Amino acid sequence: MRGLLGIGAFGVAVAMLPLFVTSGYALNAIVMTLYAAALGQAWNILGGFGGQFSFGHAVFFGSGAYAMAVLQVKLGWNAWAALPAALAAGGAVGALVGALSFRYGLRGSYFALVTLAFAEVFRILANTFEFTGAGVGMIVPLKETVADLQPASRAGYLWLILALVLSGLLVSWWLKRSRYGAWLQAVRDDEESAAALGVNAFRVKLAAIIVSGGLMAAGGAFYVQYLHYIDPHIAYGPAVSVEALLGPIIGGMGTVWGPLLGAGALHLLGEATRGLMGDAPGINLVIYGIVLILMVTFLPSGIVGLLRRRLANA
Amino acid sequence: MLEARDLSISFGGLKAVEDVSLAVPRGAIVALIGPNGAGKTTLFNLVSGFVAADSGTVALEGRDITGLAPHEICRLGMTRTFQIVRPFGAQTVRENIAVGAHLRHRGRAAALALANEVAREVGLAGDLDKLALNLTIAGRKRLELARALATGPKLLLLDEVLAGLNPQEIAGMIPVVQTIRASGVTVLMIEHVMQAVMHLADEVYVLNNGRLIARGAPHAITDDPRVIEAYLGHGTAARLRKAVHA
Repeated sequence: MRGLLGIGAFGVAVAMLPLFVTSGYALNAIVMTLYAAALGQAWNILGGFGGQFSFGHAVFFGSGAYAMAVLQVKLGWNAWAALPAALAAGGAVGALVGALSFRYGLRGSYFALVTLAFAEVFRILANTFEFTGAGVGMIVPLKETVADLQPASRAGYLWLILALVLSGLLVSWWLKRSRYGAWLQAVRDDEESAAALGVNAFRVKLAAIIVSGGLMAAGGAFYVQYLHYIDPHIAYGPAVSVEALLGPIIGGMGTVWGPLLGAGALHLLGEATRGLMGDAPGINLVIYGIVLILMVTFLPSGIVGLLRRRLANA
Repeated sequence: MLEARDLSISFGGLKAVEDVSLAVPRGAIVALIGPNGAGKTTLFNLVSGFVAADSGTVALEGRDITGLAPHEICRLGMTRTFQIVRPFGAQTVRENIAVGAHLRHRGRAAALALANEVAREVGLAGDLDKLALNLTIAGRKRLELARALATGPKLLLLDEVLAGLNPQEIAGMIPVVQTIRASGVTVLMIEHVMQAVMHLADEVYVLNNGRLIARGAPHAITDDPRVIEAYLGHGTAARLRKAVHA
């Protein structure tokens, strides 16, 4: 129950931030940090709790983003109706990728490569077809009404993305204390052992990739609503896939708070380097890369692991 | 309880297991022995569904389980352990055992409670909060056993749970296996430690080069010339007899 209290307290604290923070720049930075955390949480379910390292989570992100954009722009759906459809699209793509790769026993770097390939295939498809706007991309018209899932203020977007982060926290919390979570982590640590104990590893992994894909697609839907534009490179390019895995790896894989802490640390670092080095394009990516190498080498259990060790020694 | 008929498998040109049949009666402890490379673990893999046999059938309680996946076989009541222990390293001993307990208990609290109980049975009660990777070899062997027990099996396949233990630890494990049998679980075990086989087994099967070469009560088996030769080489039985008579 203490875990739930922590999640609740975090939710209330962040929800009240717009009362104190009025600068648009700062609010945007908070929104983008929460957004990165949400992507990280989605990745963490499959990669952190399930041990299946995806290098192509963009395939789910992009499918959610395009579902959201196409349904609204081409088919005239209301955004609130398009949102669950976008989640379902992410879950369906997850089921497709999972069924194909887990059925044939792909693991480790082979699985990572196949997810990357799927994202590339989807990028090329999105680049080709007319109904996704092809290479030009799609603009989602600005409406700025809650009825269209476009809050008029930054605070509104903050609450939206906060809701997504809170659901990510709740799912992770549940994974830590449920039979399904125990099975998923068992499959991560040793698939044969898990099978010997009666765990259907294929089904467990398939469920994980569907949930992970659905949450990732929700991130894509948020992106479309917040920035009003999507194109094949943004949707299915490697940048989103990398953004999704950075947070959990740096914060702590397979932990409830890891993706959030990792995303927070990275964004603070990004802001700091921008302050120190000016706006050299891509400099934050260079820094992220260095941090990633250092973390994987010296602190494989991430920030959460570091904090735990400190607490245990204190 | 368990009946395997004419199981065979080859890997490339190597016939790892050839026409092996064995039967494990309900409530018994049956041991499977044989020199290294005899095919004991391969036979376990065939019986437990981890490797598909080229030919032959396996039946559990009269039901044909040939070709079922390991997790389905586990659900039906047959659970195996691994010779090379495979703990969920990043998780605590309690969490490890709870994975097994979840097979028949949906609720987390029930699974954790059962994990505590099973840990006491196998002598791990003091280590429940340790990470599995911090256990000694003896501890890991006990954990392997505990996880399997937590699935509530009718039949346990134990793959060398005593290997790598010192004599004291072996002496500590033997009563654990006896308790398991006393609680109504049938046991089929691969074992090299003859002291334990003599103590525990009702019946012994001897495997050599993928074939069964002998079967019988433990004491009869150790006098069987075919068994002695399998372990010590061709002609040894005759030489031993001569040495005893001289």
